[in-house]
Amino acid sequence: MQRIGVFVCHCGSNIAATVDVKKVVEIAAKEPGVVHAEDYQYMCSEAGQAKIQEAIKEKNLTGIVVCSCSPRMHEATFRKAAERAGLNPYMVEIANIREHCSWIHKDMEEATEKAVILARAAIAKVHLNAPLQPGESRVTKRALVIGGGIAGIQTALDIADAGYEVDIVEKTPSIGGRMSQLDKTFPTLDCSACILTPKMVEAASHEKITIYTYSEVDKVSGFVGDFTVDIKKKARSIDIDKCTGCGACMEKCPSKKTPSEFNRGLNNRTAIYTPFAQAIPNVPVIDRDACIKFKTGKCGLCEKVCQAGAIDYTQKDEIVSQKYGAIVVATGFDTIKLDKYDEYAYNQSKDVITSLELERIMNAAGPTKGHLERLSDGKAPKEMVFIQCVGSRCADDRGKPYCSKICCMYTAKHAMLIRDKYPDVNVTVFYIDVRTPGKNFDEFYRRAVEQYGVNYIKGQVGKVIPQPNGKLLVQGSDLLDNKQILKEADMVVLATAIEPNPDVRKIATMLTASIDTNNFLTEAHAKLRPVESPTAGIFLSGVCQGPKDIPETVAQAGAAAVKAIGLLAKDKLMTNPCTAKSDELLCNGCSACANVCPYGAISYETKEVNDHGIRETRRIAVVNTALCQGCGACTVTCPSGAMDLQGFSNRQILAEVDAICR
Amino acid sequence: MKYSYYPGCTLRTKARDLDEYARASALALGFELEEIEDWQCCGGVYPLGTDEIATKLSSVRTLNAAKEKGQDLVTICSACHHVIKRVNDDMRHVDDIRTRANNYMKLEEPYAGETNVLHYLEVLRDRVGFDKLKEKVVNPLKGKKIGAYYGCLLLRPGKIMAFDDPENPKIMEDFIRALGAEPVIYPYRNECCGGYISLKEKQMAQNMCEKIMDSAKGFEADMLITACPLCKYNLCRNGNNSIPVYYFTELLAEALGVKETKEEA
Amino acid sequence: MEVKMNGKKAAEQIKEISGTNPLKCMKCGKCSATCPSYNEMDIKPHQFVSYVINEDIDALVNSKSLWKCLSCFACVERCPRDVKPGKLIDAARQLVVRQKGGNYLLADEIPELLDPELPQQLLVSALRRYRR
Repeated sequence: MQRIGVFVCHCGSNIAATVDVKKVVEIAAKEPGVVHAEDYQYMCSEAGQAKIQEAIKEKNLTGIVVCSCSPRMHEATFRKAAERAGLNPYMVEIANIREHCSWIHKDMEEATEKAVILARAAIAKVHLNAPLQPGESRVTKRALVIGGGIAGIQTALDIADAGYEVDIVEKTPSIGGRMSQLDKTFPTLDCSACILTPKMVEAASHEKITIYTYSEVDKVSGFVGDFTVDIKKKARSIDIDKCTGCGACMEKCPSKKTPSEFNRGLNNRTAIYTPFAQAIPNVPVIDRDACIKFKTGKCGLCEKVCQAGAIDYTQKDEIVSQKYGAIVVATGFDTIKLDKYDEYAYNQSKDVITSLELERIMNAAGPTKGHLERLSDGKAPKEMVFIQCVGSRCADDRGKPYCSKICCMYTAKHAMLIRDKYPDVNVTVFYIDVRTPGKNFDEFYRRAVEQYGVNYIKGQVGKVIPQPNGKLLVQGSDLLDNKQILKEADMVVLATAIEPNPDVRKIATMLTASIDTNNFLTEAHAKLRPVESPTAGIFLSGVCQGPKDIPETVAQAGAAAVKAIGLLAKDKLMTNPCTAKSDELLCNGCSACANVCPYGAISYETKEVNDHGIRETRRIAVVNTALCQGCGACTVTCPSGAMDLQGFSNRQILAEVDAICR
Repeated sequence: MKYSYYPGCTLRTKARDLDEYARASALALGFELEEIEDWQCCGGVYPLGTDEIATKLSSVRTLNAAKEKGQDLVTICSACHHVIKRVNDDMRHVDDIRTRANNYMKLEEPYAGETNVLHYLEVLRDRVGFDKLKEKVVNPLKGKKIGAYYGCLLLRPGKIMAFDDPENPKIMEDFIRALGAEPVIYPYRNECCGGYISLKEKQMAQNMCEKIMDSAKGFEADMLITACPLCKYNLCRNGNNSIPVYYFTELLAEALGVKETKEEA
Repeated sequence: MEVKMNGKKAAEQIKEISGTNPLKCMKCGKCSATCPSYNEMDIKPHQFVSYVINEDIDALVNSKSLWKCLSCFACVERCPRDVKPGKLIDAARQLVVRQKGGNYLLADEIPELLDPELPQQLLVSALRRYRR
């Protein structure tokens, strides 16, 4: 028989205002095996923990139940406290009477009754608990960063500078990401390339960093400290070691009709290409869908002009398998598709563009060589209208429910840059709210208004009406003047909502990292663990976690690096002892458990067993406790009931159910 | 192929052309419109109040009649289509309306939105196919520049009508192409003609119709086509007469070479 | 004729009849930017919401706007918050026409509004919107 102590926490008024804690103590004290029960205002405080430790020693407790908040909050706290008092930490059970009870109920009587039931269930479980010992697992001192934008580059640099090996996997032919597409950056208006390319070069030349461009994560297995990742290096059709980056192949390539991804489809690129001049590596790839040689077998011009002999049409996709201790996700974002927003005539007029397209137009290396001009007729605009919140802050299914956060600032930037370079161009911005929290941000926006004369109108645009003369009639509201406005414009720029990179769902699934309804990766704690995924060993960097601008992204990238470094600095990790275990007398070797195990932790061995005096050789499941994460999938799949989860055995769970139903 | 057919009041009076050309063309294209027996007026406008039941019952009767025949229900008039489609959506998705409407109707089997409501243009697009229609055209409308006037009722609310992209539709343009003419895309094609406002507020309807016609003419349309008798009335009566307005079925019948046979249909 | 209503009760009725929650509005003004009848309205579409929230229904039901909305659903379609201002104003109109003597279109005035081309559909629609 266990000697059990029950400790009921008030959590200030969080629990005590809705649950009669004294009554819980009183009833719990009468449960079989309970030799001690008390309540305290803050069990997690030092004084509260001391009470637990005292009781363990004085009453010789063999198990304890703490009725408090969620185990996600303080299970570790109470386990450590118990261990310091000489009790095996796995003899501690938490009854969650806060999140599962006091916070969601209003009626004291009902809440108290439920708290009692939850306590009883935990007591019933402790009766069947047995001490467990954690094992140890090794840490591979190497990190993987998925995504080679500013977030991924910064995280990789910070981890590498701390002395650890880092690999960056980037899907496109070059690192640089969205930031490489931007012309200028707010709030200081420095040139994006000027501040980004040094970082790209630094990453490429860092002895601890390996960059896999034109590559994707193909498969992930293992767990914190010991991941195994297959990286698919897509066939570049160029020998990266031989290529000198002279560019002759791109000049001669006759296939010139593929929309340039880098220039957002505003102009075309060749089939053999680097996305932009400062690409890293400065080695082209052949887009096999566009290449005439691959499509028809005829051509081969690039091979003829390549002095270095670097063209290799026979290259195949290659899988590189590598071990990592930590993985950082930095998959970034894209702008949403505007198909459902054609009241703005985006699909009807070339002169209605997104803000990211304007970045390319404003950029000297862009489709118009940096000249602000209409894409329909090449004419210089005189009137420009910007529309904010296109697809952001939407409660309907056309857009996104969140604020994209960066648009107010980049629109102020665009407006200011245009007014500065082309003082005769009038700029009007339709806004709902101007949101500029950030250092020097509001000052920046005010400068656009006060110094550059940008016309901000509080209101939205209902419709953009293309006119026979090529102009665009913008029908909007001015809420402060209570007017409906018809404004003729030459160009309309849409501040298009951003969304996580569409590939992130696939990647999150491979990593078993959780993701929210908007496809942003979820943090382990929204406030206190903002750069960690709830899945151990997975860290979050940049917009994959939520909308943010460059300064925030760089800060978060550094924070993710620190968390990864903290993990890599350890030689060994304690493993969770709550792993699956197969009863060799019950197992019939059917493989059902191995088939469902997401961690590949179950294998089989042929073994001689002594089944009640009968000796025979059987095939039985064996769990690798270093790989097992204790998810329990095997225990519910096992048809013979041989598989059980230590710390959460079928008997323990049923005892809890019985206690609840009593 | 046979469809249940709901003409609606105006197609039997002021808009006979719209109806007769549609039937004649249907025969030429190999489908038949079987008129629902004893149909009643749909009410002209969809009752927006969530507490309205009685005003929706005539549509439910029509929908149920098609269900009993096991046929899809075809409409032509934009207003009828709008009302019946939305009532059908209510019967499918709004428990309260379905329950109360069925309590009134006392049908042998309750109606729960089983009928598929198709606009005549949807039949052409999704059942006949515009490619097939193109093959059947004997008098291609070559050289005609035609503006499609959609108005509001066919397109909005987009989620329920599910007719086409409410901001950038193309079904009527594809239809015009199939007839051998050139569609003219102009921005006011999905803006309101004024609808019922023209009864008491002629000037308002005039402002709207002029905008629509000026816009279409500005983009060099020779004529407009519509599926709605009220749109046609407003555009002709309250517009500026700068371009003629036809029912889409009239052009269809002309292209199919059945314009003269409509009386027999 | 001046219509008088119990503001609190009428506001609740409008919310119920329209099936709309005015609190979802973020005051972006897209409805007013969209409305083809905007210039004819004294209370603008984006303001319908605050009149309902403030329970100032007398002003709303006595406004010109009540009879200027075309039910063209452009505001309903384009509203990013799913507020549906067009349904709010229709519900307010319903409150009026459902009252005794609230009909906006009288039988007596119909003959002189008719013309030979006028489609039945127009008359039927107007009767539905303007009368109980």
